[in-house]
Amino acid sequence: MYSFEPNEEQKMLLEAVGRYAENDLRPAGHDAEEEGTMPEKIVSKGWELGVLQASVPEEYGGFGDRSAVTGVLAAEEMAYGDLAGTLAVNVPSLFVTPILLVGSEEQKKEYIPPVIEMDWLPYTAALIEYALDFDPLELKTTAKESGDSYILDGEKAFVPYAKDAEAMIVYASLGGDTQGFIVPKGVAGLSVKDEAEKLMSLNALPTYRVKLEGVKIPKANRLGGEDGHDFQPVLAAMRVGLAAMAVGVAKAAFEYSRDYAKEREVFGVKVAQKQAIAFMLAEMATEIEASRVLTWEAAWKLDVGKEDAFKDAYLAATGAADMAMMVTDRAVQILGGYGYIREYPVEMWMRNGRGFAMLIGLAIV
Amino acid sequence: MSIEFETPKPIAQQQFVLKTVAEEMMRSVSRQLDEEEHLIPYSYIEFMHAAMRATGAGALAPKEEKKEEDPSKPKRPPIGYQLLAHMMEMLSWGDVGMYLVTPGGGLGAAAVDAAATPEQKKKFLARFGEEKPTFAAMCMTEPGAGSDTSAIKTTAVLDEKTNEWVINGEKIFVTAGHKSMVADEQFGKGFIVVWASIDPSAGRAGMRGFVIEAGTPGATVTKLEHKLGIRASDTASISLVDVRVPFENVLGSPTVEKKTEKGFKKAMATFDATRPLVAATGLGVARAALEFVKEKLEENGIEVRYGLPRNKLTNIEREVIDMEIMLRSGWLMIIKAVWMADNRKPNALESSMSKVKAGDVTTKITQKAVELMGPLGYSREFLLEKWFRDAKITDIYEGTGQINRLIVARQILGYSGRELR
Repeated sequence: MYSFEPNEEQKMLLEAVGRYAENDLRPAGHDAEEEGTMPEKIVSKGWELGVLQASVPEEYGGFGDRSAVTGVLAAEEMAYGDLAGTLAVNVPSLFVTPILLVGSEEQKKEYIPPVIEMDWLPYTAALIEYALDFDPLELKTTAKESGDSYILDGEKAFVPYAKDAEAMIVYASLGGDTQGFIVPKGVAGLSVKDEAEKLMSLNALPTYRVKLEGVKIPKANRLGGEDGHDFQPVLAAMRVGLAAMAVGVAKAAFEYSRDYAKEREVFGVKVAQKQAIAFMLAEMATEIEASRVLTWEAAWKLDVGKEDAFKDAYLAATGAADMAMMVTDRAVQILGGYGYIREYPVEMWMRNGRGFAMLIGLAIV
Repeated sequence: MSIEFETPKPIAQQQFVLKTVAEEMMRSVSRQLDEEEHLIPYSYIEFMHAAMRATGAGALAPKEEKKEEDPSKPKRPPIGYQLLAHMMEMLSWGDVGMYLVTPGGGLGAAAVDAAATPEQKKKFLARFGEEKPTFAAMCMTEPGAGSDTSAIKTTAVLDEKTNEWVINGEKIFVTAGHKSMVADEQFGKGFIVVWASIDPSAGRAGMRGFVIEAGTPGATVTKLEHKLGIRASDTASISLVDVRVPFENVLGSPTVEKKTEKGFKKAMATFDATRPLVAATGLGVARAALEFVKEKLEENGIEVRYGLPRNKLTNIEREVIDMEIMLRSGWLMIIKAVWMADNRKPNALESSMSKVKAGDVTTKITQKAVELMGPLGYSREFLLEKWFRDAKITDIYEGTGQINRLIVARQILGYSGRELR
C-alpha cells in the first residue's frame, strides 16, 4: 500500500520536535550564527526530545526501533527551526547510528549505551577530507593492518565538536574500501587543530581539522568487528538525513519569503500578487514537495531493505541539494535588498542551502 | 497508517498485464499511427474495451450497484485513483496518443460523474459498459477562451414551448470529439458535454454543462486538427448551430438562483481529480524516453556511476541522474495526490503541484533525451523524437503549466482568483 501519513508515534514525536524548532531553535538560530556559538541549553533540550534515543532498541539503552523514516521526518522538522542547531543535536548520532547499522554486537553493547543514556555529549565522526576531489568512497586517509592493530594516517576536515569529542568514528580507506574505525579520545597521533574551521555557514556548529599520524587502534575497533562492514548503509543514512534537513531549511526559507511577499506593497498591491513572484513561490513549493516525497521513499526503502535503496538515497540527496539551493536563492530574491541583509535570516538559509552538496557525513538518521 | 511506498498487489498485477499490452499492441503500431494521422487503432480499442468490461478497470463512473460488503473481511483502503494513475502511466509509456483513444467516456464521462444527478448518471453513463466501445468528450475550449474559461461565448437558451435547450457556439480542441460524435459501426453512440452559459451576464455562475448526444442535428464536427504529437488522438472542432437538447440534459441546477458558481466549480473539481492522472500520462512518456537513453548508453558502453560526488560526474551522468530524480519525484507527487483523492482528503494543491511538476519533467526529460542521443534522437528511425513531440502536450492540456502555477500560488498564498489574477 501507499501511505503518506506518519503513524501515531511519529506524529507525537513530530509535534514535540516542531515545538522545539519553532520556540527554541528558530529564535536562537540567527544570533547563534552571528555570535558563532549555539547555547548549550538549546542543544541539550533538543537532545532530550529523544529523537536518537527513540531509534535505538532497549537492549542498547534506547526505547525504540530504528527507522530512517522517523529519522527523516524529525530531521526536516528540526532543520526547519535551524540547521546548525539541528546538526549539533544530531552529532552523537554520527557515532551511534553507524554502530547500530553495521557495528558488531559487542560494539553495540559497549559503545551505544554510554552515549544514549547520558546527557548530550560530543561523540562524533570524521568523514570529509579537505580536497577538491573528495569522495567518501575514495578516501585519502588510510588504514593499514599491523599485527593486532590498524594504523590510521591522514587528515580529516569539518569534524563537528572534534576538540571535545569523547570518541569518534574515523572513516579511512582500507585497501580501497571505506571503513569506519572507533577512535577514542587522547590516543597517540591524533591531533585536533585548536582553531575551529571557518565555513561559509554553520558558524554555530564548531567543526575542526583532525590529523591522524600513525594512530594505532586495536583491530576490535574496526566498525563491524574483524570482517569490517559495508559502508553503503551508513552513507545512505547520511544522505537521507542531509536530504531531509535540506527540505527543512528550504521550507523555512519558502515560508519566510511567502509571508514577506504577502506584506510588502509594490505598485499598489502586495508583491505576492505579482505573477513574477507568485510563480516563483509556486515552483518553490512544488520542488520542496518533490524532494520531500523522494526522501521519504528512499528512507522507507532503507527501512524495508529494498534493493535500490542506496541508489535512491543518493538520488534524494542529490535532488535535495539542488532544490535547497534553488529555493533559498529565490527566497533571498523575493526579499530583494532585505534578503541580502544579515538582520534577516534568509541570507543564512541561502548559505545553508549551498552546503547540502558537500556536507556529507555531518548528519545521519 | 504509516508512511509506505509498496505498490499495492492489485496494481502490480495490473501493471504486469498492461506492460504486455503496451509493448505488443501499442509500441508495435506507434510509428504508423504517428505517420498516418487520424488512423483509428480499432484492435487496441476493441481489446481495451473488452478488458475493461471484464475487470471494471479504468471506469471513472461508479458501478451501478455497490457490492454487499463482507463484514468478516478486513476493509481494504480504496485505491481506485491509484490504480488509474498507474494504468495511465503504463499505457502512455506504450503510446500516449493511443492511450487517449482508450474508450470509456474520458473527460466527458468524468464531467457527468462530477456534476450530474443519479438519474442522469444512469442515463448517460450506462452505455460505457455495453458491448461496443463508446466515447464521450468534454467541450470547454473555444477559439477565444482557453485557460480563461469565463470568456466562454457558447450560450444555452431554454425554449419554454418545447422545454428544450437551444445551444449555439463553437468548441475547439475537443479530445476524442470525432469518435464521440461521428457514427462508426464499430462504436456505440457517444456524447459530448458542452459548457455553455445560461445567463451571460452572470459570468461563471451562469455556466452549465449540457449533454449532447451523437447525431443531434446542428452539432457538427467541422475540423480535425493536425498536431505536433499525440496524432493517434483526434482533436476536433465542433460547431453548434441551434442544437436542441431535452431539458433534463443540463448538468446541475437549470436556473441562476444566486450568484453561485457551484455548477462550474464542480466541473473545475473534475480537474482536481483528473490533473494527477493527466500528469501520469506525461510521466509515462518521460519514462519511455529515459529508458531509451539508458538502454542506448549501455549499448555504447557508457556507464552511469551513481554515488559519485557531483563534481566528479561526467555531463551525461549528471543529466541522466537529474532526469531520474525528476521522474521519480514527479511520479511520487502524483501518487500522493491520487492517494489523497482515494482517501477523500482535499487535494487541490497536491493535484496542481503534481501537474506543474509533470509538465516540467516530461518536457525537460524528452527534450534532454533527444539532445543526449544526438542523431539517434532526431531520426524517425526511433520513437524518441515522437515522444519529444508527444510530451509537450502535457504542459498544455488540462491546464497549462502557467495556469497550474497560478492555482498552486493561490493555494499557498491563500488568495482568491480576484486577489491573484
